Amino acid sequence: MATQSMVLAGFGGQGILFAGKLIAYAGLIEGREVSWLPSYGPEMRGGTANCSVTLSDEAIGSPLVVEPMVLMALNQPSLDKFVNAVLPDGIILADSAMVPNIPEVDGVKVCALPATTMAEEAGLKGLANVIMVGRLFAETGFCKRETLDAAIEKCVPPKKAAMIEKNKQALEIGIQSAQ
Amino acid sequence: MAEKVLMKGNEVLAEAALRAGCRFFFGYPITPQTELAAYMSKRMPKVGGTYLQAESEVAAINMVYGAAAAGARVMTSSSSPGISLKGEGVSYMAGADLPGVIINVQRGGPGLGGIQPSQSDYWQATRALGHGDFQMIVFAPSTVQEMADCAFDAFDAADKYRMPVMILADGMLGQMMEPVKLPEPRESAPEKPWATTGHQNKRAHNIVNSLYLQAEDLERYNRERFERYDYIKEHEQRAEEYLVEDADIVIVAFGASARVARSAVMSAREKGIKAGLIRPITLWPFPTKTIEAACSHAKHFLSVEMNMGQMVDDVRLAVNGRVPVHFFGRTGGVIPTPPEVLAEIEKLNGKAGE
Repeated sequence: MATQSMVLAGFGGQGILFAGKLIAYAGLIEGREVSWLPSYGPEMRGGTANCSVTLSDEAIGSPLVVEPMVLMALNQPSLDKFVNAVLPDGIILADSAMVPNIPEVDGVKVCALPATTMAEEAGLKGLANVIMVGRLFAETGFCKRETLDAAIEKCVPPKKAAMIEKNKQALEIGIQSAQ
Repeated sequence: MAEKVLMKGNEVLAEAALRAGCRFFFGYPITPQTELAAYMSKRMPKVGGTYLQAESEVAAINMVYGAAAAGARVMTSSSSPGISLKGEGVSYMAGADLPGVIINVQRGGPGLGGIQPSQSDYWQATRALGHGDFQMIVFAPSTVQEMADCAFDAFDAADKYRMPVMILADGMLGQMMEPVKLPEPRESAPEKPWATTGHQNKRAHNIVNSLYLQAEDLERYNRERFERYDYIKEHEQRAEEYLVEDADIVIVAFGASARVARSAVMSAREKGIKAGLIRPITLWPFPTKTIEAACSHAKHFLSVEMNMGQMVDDVRLAVNGRVPVHFFGRTGGVIPTPPEVLAEIEKLNGKAGE
């Protein structure tokens, strides 16, 4: 558990940056070193908003993750862009409702779940990102279970406090999907 | 004790400035620095200060000049092309001995360049942001926490030495979030008996001015200013050393590229290569003492920068021919990767045995 490096990618508006922030806050709550770096360049206009998140027990060098242990892809261009960068023994999580072509990758675990459809069916439209974070937790145990709820309470702005419960529900759906 | 929060570097620069007593902010929006001004626009009115989006960068820096002359703690921020526009005003501030903080969240250049992170304003910051004989103190933070700490120190240094101080950040540091413990707010501001605050017939006029038509006068003021610069060079050099003590290959890198270099140094050590990192925290004054100390054991210096090779000049001046100095950089907004830097280290390590 020394260092976990992740790339989260999707269209703008899918909540990629929020998902990354959730993971980063979980690290912060557990007293770990944390970095969160968003893309802000022209790619933001081209379909692959992404962010790098690193959790570590040591000081973090480059916050730009070029070889992730975890890739979370919420659209096809994002998966295609980063699929070959994932480290051996890494993991790819893809929202199969948004990513039609999910390849097998040697030495990498690939988890496909239709998070966008799952969110809509549960009345949690727009929370596919949080379902994906729940699944990531189930697959990697990157933090303690109760830390995730605490991170949601930190990340949802006070004005949207009503969303806290829905976010927690989405997390649980993601976690259960691994069963 | 204050709780650690997760904040963007740009926002932390703004919040720390407010806590340092900054009550005037004048700026003009530009990527990748805009969050700083946006944060200021929200927070400044709540602490009773003035936030003003000027009609241009030139106007903004001259407002900084005015507020500084009146004794206020004042700041402006921009990114590379906007900083160039401020150059004239900063020169006037230096000539009038005015304190103020200027933040440059660098992007690629020259010209409009790009909007991705860069360090290609090193020469501009340390050599010649404007015309005339002058220097600024330049801080180069490399973490979000250090951005908070440097913002605080920048205001203190500006007031102590009565000069403009720059924080040279970049798009990566500005946009990224890291945990930060914000400094406690400063309760009192330093006395500024020289400020033009109205004499009310109780004292002689204070004059803030950078125009001296008599050559001898101007020379005298410049010499006095450079005596101050000598004192600063002696007392304000700052650098962090990481595994330098026994290093054969000493990397010199600041800001964002120092983080990349640090990762590369860790990988090199795992391979048994004695690499270390000197990270200048002040770019002016440049930490020559730290560099000189490493000359006794270093076989190679390697300057790693996000530009075509600028700080490497200062490394060469400090090393003064005693050890070979090399350069590796990416530019235009491309961020070097740890494996790229590691490859350079390995190349030099091969040479070190010859």
